[in-house]
Amino acid sequence: MTLLSLKGVSKNFGAIQALTGIDLEIQPGEAVGLMGDNGAGKSTLVKIIAGNFPQSGGSIEIEGRQVQFHKPIDARHAGIEVVYQDLALCDNLTAAANVFLGREIKRRIGPFSYLDHQAMYDRAGELFVELKSETRPRDYVRQMSGGQRQAVAIARTRLSDPKLVLMDEPTAAISVRQVAEVLDLIKRLKETNHAVILISHRMPDVFEVCDRVAVLRRGRKVADKAIAQSTPEEVTGLITGAIEAA
Amino acid sequence: MTTETRDHAAIDQTVTTRKEMSGLQAIVRTQPFWVLVSILAIGAVMSVVSDVFMTDRNMFNVTRNFAFFGIMALGMTAVIVTAGIDLSVGSLMGLAGIVTGLVMQAGFGVGLGFLACIGMAGLVGLINGVLIAYLRLAPFVVTLGMLAITRSVAMVASNNKMIYEFGPDQELFEWIGGESVIGVPNPVWVLIILTIVFFLAFRYTTWGRWVFAVGGNADAARLAGIPVERVIVSVYVICSMCAGLAAFLLVGWFGSVTNALGLTYELNVIAASVIGGANLMGGVAYALGAPIGAALMELIRNSLLLAGIDALWQQFFVGLFIILAVLLERIRNRSGP
Repeated sequence: MTLLSLKGVSKNFGAIQALTGIDLEIQPGEAVGLMGDNGAGKSTLVKIIAGNFPQSGGSIEIEGRQVQFHKPIDARHAGIEVVYQDLALCDNLTAAANVFLGREIKRRIGPFSYLDHQAMYDRAGELFVELKSETRPRDYVRQMSGGQRQAVAIARTRLSDPKLVLMDEPTAAISVRQVAEVLDLIKRLKETNHAVILISHRMPDVFEVCDRVAVLRRGRKVADKAIAQSTPEEVTGLITGAIEAA
Repeated sequence: MTTETRDHAAIDQTVTTRKEMSGLQAIVRTQPFWVLVSILAIGAVMSVVSDVFMTDRNMFNVTRNFAFFGIMALGMTAVIVTAGIDLSVGSLMGLAGIVTGLVMQAGFGVGLGFLACIGMAGLVGLINGVLIAYLRLAPFVVTLGMLAITRSVAMVASNNKMIYEFGPDQELFEWIGGESVIGVPNPVWVLIILTIVFFLAFRYTTWGRWVFAVGGNADAARLAGIPVERVIVSVYVICSMCAGLAAFLLVGWFGSVTNALGLTYELNVIAASVIGGANLMGGVAYALGAPIGAALMELIRNSLLLAGIDALWQQFFVGLFIILAVLLERIRNRSGP
């Protein structure tokens, strides 16, 4: 069954038309690269799917049921996890605290429940090992490198078992080795039947892990085809407008 | 290839299980620790300089005096963690004190007087919090307005008269604020208990975690599904309730109340929080810092008095310590990793 289906989704901010009639379907275990130049509408589309703001027109269906997200928490309950571009972390908290922010592990003694720090450190540590990241659960995010912050943001999505993971530029501002690790993670997500939407400027990343590529230009989807039937040159042409549509 | 993978795994294993620093190192790096050190240093000097300093009587007075500020500073610390500020606590003491006096003067018991006091304080905190969280007004401006409003309401309600008749429970009321249990003044007991409660709440509750998250990055907190607005309202309600509690105890100790109760206390309370390590930019504070900061300020006052230095110098030294505290924090952050 189709996991996520967008039908004619559009968004306008006052007089500015950010998205027009976007149709997009994603199957379980599929990775779709979402590409486009700055201002093409990628981030707007991601924010609609993530529940940051509602679409102006069109509908969103998850597993055949129509949904309407009012808040990010609605999207999360529907099985959508997001890694934000600016990573959305609290610098003054530890890595583990950030991973568990908003869904802390608690323990109960009689009527009192309290934060189980050890359990969160342990679980976060396991997640970082899985991600092959040199991130220490007890370190403060303030002191971390771009790659470590990325690991924290990605580890957050691994807490629940999401159906769909949205990644907004996950490989920007991290080292080459860490890019490979993030791409490995995306492959692992696919193997476990999770769907991934990868928003990226980096053509090699999209071509390495994605099954399909969708290209946005000026708020419209101008292409949506299998990676195997496309080339980086064609996608570049689609992004810039040298090629009208494919 | 295999060896390399194993090495990475081994490194990752040690990296994740390793603590960044020991508990003691972590404590030494906090501001309250260094303020505590200076308190002990001043205490050591004073016990040599003055015969009176270490007497039971003086210690009793010193601890009781700072208890009121310490109680309020705990609430203020929670507000400051969220990058907010509450300037209305001093005026609110006046209003809460007058409300307590009026209720008890009318013949109601101390229980009802207490509920009226805390209820009034909570209401003012709720108004502050809603204006700041939902209407997104600047905390400084909202609470500055509330500073004027609450003082004015206190004046109107009291008809500008002193209240010194507290009805049938007058003795009990004055005992709560003015007497002691096992040699420790009752307000100090309240401060000790509240400090423990705040310490546990900051460290072991989701509320505490969320308060710090909101102060660190409110947008990230919102994306993580934290009810940011409700968290902000909660800290202003709690801060106001702490001010109400301090007013209740202070009126009991004085045995009388005027609408001038708590005048300019907000400055001392904020100073105590900041000296105790609360960062006005939000996200960093210590529950133990509030009583320690309040203690340092009272100690300065007491020491100047006993050393025979003109009391007019008092504010000079308090101001000096505020600036030193901020400077100390800046230096620690720069030398940190």
